[in-house]
Amino acid sequence: MPLLEIRGLEKQFGGIKALGGVDFHIDEGEIVSVIGPNGAGKTSFFNVISGMFPPDDGTIVFDGDNVAGHLPNEITKRGIARTFQNVRLFPNLTVLENVMVGQHCRTKQGIWGTIFQTKAQREEEQMIEDNAKEVLSFFGTRLAGYRHDQPAFVLSYANRRRLEIARAMATEPRLILLDEPTAGMNPKETVELTELIGKLRSDRGLTVVIIEHDMKVVKNVSDRVVVLDHGVKIAEGDYDTVSTNEDVIEAYLGRPHGEAGDDEESEYE
Amino acid sequence: MSLDPLTRRWGLIGGAIMAFTGAIGMLVSFDERILISPILSLGYLTLLLAPAIAGHMAARGKVSVLEEPEHDVAQGAQKGLVAGLIAGVFAVVFMLAVNPFDLSEFFPNINDRMFDMMTFDFGLGLGSVVLIVASALAGAAGGAIYGLDDEPREGVFRSAIWVILFSLFELVVSDVIEVDAIVDLIYARGGGLHIWSAIIIGALAWWLGVRYKGRRAELTQMAKDSEAGSRLRWSLIGVAALLVIVLPMLVGGIVNELLINVALFILMGLGLNIVVGLAGLLDLGYVAFFAVGAYGMAVLTSPLSPAFSPELNWWVALPVVMVLAAIAGVLVGTPVIRMRGDYLAIVTLGFGEIVRILILSDWLTPFLGGAQGITRIPGIPLGATSVSGTSPELFIYMTMLLVGVAAYISYRTQESRIGRAWAAMREDEDVAEAIGISTVQAKLLAFVTGAIIASFAGALFSAKVGTVFHNSFDVLVSIIILVVVIVGGMGSIRGVALGALILIGVLGGPKSQGLLGEFAEFKLLIYGAILVYMMLQRPEGLLPSVRRSRELHQEEAAQDAWLDKKGSFIEEPEASV
Amino acid sequence: MSTEVAPEPVRSRRFKFNWVDGFLWFLRVAALIAIVVGVVGSIQQFADGEGPSAAAWRDLIVSSISTGSMYGLIALGYSMVYGVLGFINFAHGEVFMSGTMVGLISATMLFENGFWDSNPWISILVVLVVAMITSTLVAVAIERVAYRPLRGAPRLIPLITSIGVSFFVQYSFAGLFGVAIRNYPPAPSQLSGNVDILGIPIAGTRLLVIGVAVVSMIGLWYFVTQTKTGSAMRAVAEDKEIAGLMGIDVDKTIVTTFAVGGAMAGVAGLLWALLFRGVDFLTGFLPGIKAFTAAVLGGIGNMPGAMLGGVLLGLFEGVGPQLVLAGLGIPAVSQLKDAVAFAALVLVLIFRPTGLLGERLGSEDRV
Repeated sequence: MPLLEIRGLEKQFGGIKALGGVDFHIDEGEIVSVIGPNGAGKTSFFNVISGMFPPDDGTIVFDGDNVAGHLPNEITKRGIARTFQNVRLFPNLTVLENVMVGQHCRTKQGIWGTIFQTKAQREEEQMIEDNAKEVLSFFGTRLAGYRHDQPAFVLSYANRRRLEIARAMATEPRLILLDEPTAGMNPKETVELTELIGKLRSDRGLTVVIIEHDMKVVKNVSDRVVVLDHGVKIAEGDYDTVSTNEDVIEAYLGRPHGEAGDDEESEYE
Repeated sequence: MSLDPLTRRWGLIGGAIMAFTGAIGMLVSFDERILISPILSLGYLTLLLAPAIAGHMAARGKVSVLEEPEHDVAQGAQKGLVAGLIAGVFAVVFMLAVNPFDLSEFFPNINDRMFDMMTFDFGLGLGSVVLIVASALAGAAGGAIYGLDDEPREGVFRSAIWVILFSLFELVVSDVIEVDAIVDLIYARGGGLHIWSAIIIGALAWWLGVRYKGRRAELTQMAKDSEAGSRLRWSLIGVAALLVIVLPMLVGGIVNELLINVALFILMGLGLNIVVGLAGLLDLGYVAFFAVGAYGMAVLTSPLSPAFSPELNWWVALPVVMVLAAIAGVLVGTPVIRMRGDYLAIVTLGFGEIVRILILSDWLTPFLGGAQGITRIPGIPLGATSVSGTSPELFIYMTMLLVGVAAYISYRTQESRIGRAWAAMREDEDVAEAIGISTVQAKLLAFVTGAIIASFAGALFSAKVGTVFHNSFDVLVSIIILVVVIVGGMGSIRGVALGALILIGVLGGPKSQGLLGEFAEFKLLIYGAILVYMMLQRPEGLLPSVRRSRELHQEEAAQDAWLDKKGSFIEEPEASV
Repeated sequence: MSTEVAPEPVRSRRFKFNWVDGFLWFLRVAALIAIVVGVVGSIQQFADGEGPSAAAWRDLIVSSISTGSMYGLIALGYSMVYGVLGFINFAHGEVFMSGTMVGLISATMLFENGFWDSNPWISILVVLVVAMITSTLVAVAIERVAYRPLRGAPRLIPLITSIGVSFFVQYSFAGLFGVAIRNYPPAPSQLSGNVDILGIPIAGTRLLVIGVAVVSMIGLWYFVTQTKTGSAMRAVAEDKEIAGLMGIDVDKTIVTTFAVGGAMAGVAGLLWALLFRGVDFLTGFLPGIKAFTAAVLGGIGNMPGAMLGGVLLGLFEGVGPQLVLAGLGIPAVSQLKDAVAFAALVLVLIFRPTGLLGERLGSEDRV
C-alpha cells in the first residue's frame, strides 16, 4: 500500500480550477518530483495536501486514513511536513527556536507543567533543544554554533531555505513536501542541497515529494517525475520518459515565458 | 540671515503647542501645582517646555546617519533662539487674535485666567513682550543644551529630571521621610521644592552621574555576560523585591492606595500581555474578564447579592471565580478565533461593552443589581482580620502576592513550549498551523490564561472597594490596560510594571487618581498623546522584550549582525561544507 | 504503477468537523432561534394589542432608517480608509464629532442673530459647510501627523495609534469646548412638521436626513467612479505599489481619501445635529464604533455596502430590541440598543465575515 494515495483531487479558487482531479501516489522511501510550467497548480497541490485549503473533492489517503479536510496541524501530526515556496520562517525567533517550535506536535507539556516546572517538563524542554540541535547539524556547519541564537531574518536566502527544511524535519514527519527548495540558490549550494535531499531518504528514512524547476536537480534526485499542467496530471514516469514526452514539451514550450528553471511563479496561495 | 525652514517649522510647532495648551486650559490648571517655590509651577514648565523643545529640535536639524552631529553651543543657542522667538510670536499672535472676542460661550478655557497666565500677569501689552522674550530664551536654552558635549548634556538632563521627579513625587518623598523637620528642609510649606533644595538635588544628580559613570558601563558590560548577567539580574530582582516589601511600610495610606491601583493594573497588564504581547491577539474588551472576576466575587461573597448569595469566604470563592473567568475566556475566544487581527480587536471591544450594558440593564438587575451595583462585599479574611481597602497597608501585600503569581506564570510560559507556540502564531498564523501547532488551542489557552489573571484583579478589586458598579468596567479600562502594556513594552514583564507605575502611578487610572490627581481632566489627553508618540517613535515600548524589539527593528538588527564579524550576513564561500 | 488496493476509509469527507465549528454552528442556530422566537413573540404581542402601536412601529422604522443613513455616511470613511491602508481608523468617530462640535458654533451664532429662523435652508447649508470643512481638516491633519509616518508598519500599529489619536482628539475637544453637553438650536419650524409621502406621515427632519444622506452618497459615487481622482483612489486601494509605478501620487491620493471620508463624516455631523441636537466631546465614540460595524456589515472597502450596512445597522439597533428582545420577554429593551448593535457585529462576522456585499481589499490585505 502506498504511503500517500490521492484520488480525484479538485480545488477551485473563484471559478479558476487550480486542481482538476489529480491522482497521485507515493510509496514509502520514494522521492518524487512534481514539475510543470508556472501556474500549473503545483503549489496548490501542496497546499491542499498539507491542509492549508480543504479540497473541493477527492481523497487524500495518508497511511491508510483519509486526511482530506483535516486541519493543517492534524495533518502535520500524522506525519506530513512541508516547506514553502516563498520561505516562511518565524523571522523574529532565533534559528534554534524556529526548529524547536517544529517539535511542538511531538511534545505535550501543558500549562501546568510549565507553571510548576515539573521534572517531566524540564526533561522535555531539554529533549526539544537537543533534538533541534541535532536536526540543525544535518546541514553541517551552515546552521551551527553561533547561528543558533541569531534571529532568522538575518540569515542569507539559502540558509533560510535550509532552516525551513530543518523546521519541517523537526516535526518528525514520514513524508516531507519541499516546495522549490533550491530556488534562489547558487549552483554550488544547489548541488549541496541535492545531496542533502538524497540524505533525507538514506539517513533519515523520509519519503520526499519535491516541486522543482531546476531540471538538473529533478534528474538527480527523483525516482519518478509527475508533470502537472492547468491542474491536471499530463505525464508520469522516470525522468527520461517524461523529458521526452510530447505533451510535456508542448506544455513548457507552448508558453513563451514559462521555461523550466524560472524562479518566479505566481500561484493561488 | 535666511531662515532655516526646519527652524521655522519647529518654531511654529512650539507656538502651536503653547496656544493649544493654553486654549484647552491645561496651562491654567497646571499652574496650581508648584514645582519650585516660588519661581516655577508645572504650568510655566509646560509653557516654556514647548519653545525649549522646539529650540532643541531646531538646533538638532536633520539627523544624518553618515555625519557626526555637530556640537556647537553658540550655533545651537542661536538656532534655538530663533525657533523660540517664532514660537513666542505665534503664541502672542494667537492671544491677540482671540482677545477681542468673547469666546467664553464656546471656549470656556480661553478666558482672563489664560491671558494672565500666559502673559505672566503683566497685562497683554507688556506681557506679550515678556512671553516672547521668555520663549526665545527657553528656545535658546534648548538649543544650547543640544550644542553641549555629551557629558554635560546628559548632566543637564539628569539634573532636570531628578529635580522634576522630586517635586512631582513630593507626597511619596515626604511620606517616606516622615520627619517634618527634614521634609520642611526640602519642600516649601505651600508645596514645591525650595530653590536651594532644587539646586542641591540637581547638583547631586549631576555629581552622582559623573561619579558612577564608569560603574554603570561596567554593569552594562556585566549584563551582557551570561554568567555575571544572571547574577546581576537576580540581585536586581532581589533589590526590587526588597523595595516592594519595605516601601508600603514606609509610605502612608494615600500612597499605598495609589500603589494598590498600580499593582492592580500591573496584574491586568500582565494578563493582557499574555494575550496581546505573547499571543498577538489584540483584545480591546479585556475589561470583561475583570468584570467577571469582580462581579463573580461580589455575588459569591456579599450578603446583599440580589438573587444568589452563598456568602462564601474570599479564598473559597476565588477558585470559583477563576473557573467562571476561564469559561468566559472560552466563550469570548471561540467566536473570534477565525477572525483576522483587527476584526478581533473590534469584536472583543464589542463583547466588553455588551457585558457592561448587560450588567446595567433591567434584565439582569435581579441578579447583578443593575445601576445600584452590589455592596457590602467583605474583605479578604486573613487569620482573624479581614483585609480590605480600609487597610491599604495590608491590602497592598495581598495584591502584590497575586502580581507575583501572575508575573511568575508569564515568566515561565514565555520560554516554554507554549510560549514558543504563541510566538510562532503571532509571527505567522498559517505557518504555525502548518508546522503542527493547533492555533485554536493556542489562542484559547491565551484567552483563558489572560482571563484568569484579570479575574484575580477583579476579585481583589471588589474586596478592596467593597462595592461593584457597572461604570468601573467601561471600555476605557480595557484601553488603558492596553496603553500600559504598550508603553511599558509588549511581551515584557518589567515593561508592564514600569508602564503601570508611570501611567497609573503618576497620571492615574480610569477611575483612580495618580500623583497628578488634580489634573484628571487632562489625563486621557496625555494618555492619547503618549500612545501616539510611542507608536511613532518607540513602538516596542520602554522596556521591550527581545523578540518585540527585533520585530520592529529588523533592519537595524540585520545590519548589526552583518557588522558583527561572526554573524556575516552574506554567506562566505569558505564556509561551505 | 498505481496500485489497485482500495484504501479502507475512503469516504469523501470534504470538511472535518471540529468543536470550534460546532460552537459556531451552535451560536448561529441559537441566534436564529432567538430571533425567530422573539419576532413571533412580538407579532403575538402586537396581535394582542400589547406593545407599540402600528404608528409607533412606523416611526421607529423611519427614525431607524434616518439614524442608519447617518451611520452609513460615517461608515464610508472607515471603509475607504480600510480599503486603502488596511487598518481600522479608530479616530474616524472623532472626525465626525469635530464636525458637529464646530458646526455648533456656526449654528448658535446664526441662531442668536435670528438668521437661523429667517433663512433656515441657508443656515443649514452654512452649518453643513462648516462641519464638512472641519471634519475634512481634522481627518487630513490626523493622517499627516499620525498615520503617514507609519506606512508599512505591522498592521496593528496604526490601529493602536488611531486609538491614541481618538483619545487625544476627544479630550482636546473636552478642553476646548468644555465637557458639558451643548444643544443645537431647535430645528427651523419648516422642518418640525410631518411630510406625507405615499400617505405615510414622516417627520420633516428625518426626511431631510435621509435626503441629505442619499444625495451625498450619489455625489461620492460619482466622484469615485467618474473622476480621475476617484479612479486614482481605486487604483491605490487595489495596489499601492503598482499605482505608484503608474505615476499616481500615492500620498496625495491617500490624503484625498481621508479628506473625502472626513467630508462625509462632516455631513453626518450635521445629520446628528438635526436628529439629536445634543453634542459633547464623547459624541463620536459610539456612532464611530457602530459605523465601523456598518462598514463590516456591508463588506469593508465596499462603498454601497457601507451605506447599506449603515441603514441595516440602524434598523437592527432601532427595531431589533423592540422586535426580537421584547418578544423574548426581556424588560426595558431600549437599554439594550447598543448591545444589540455589538451583537449584530459579532453575528455578522460569524455568519458572513466578508459582509453582505463582499469586501474589497487591496492585494496585500487579501488572504
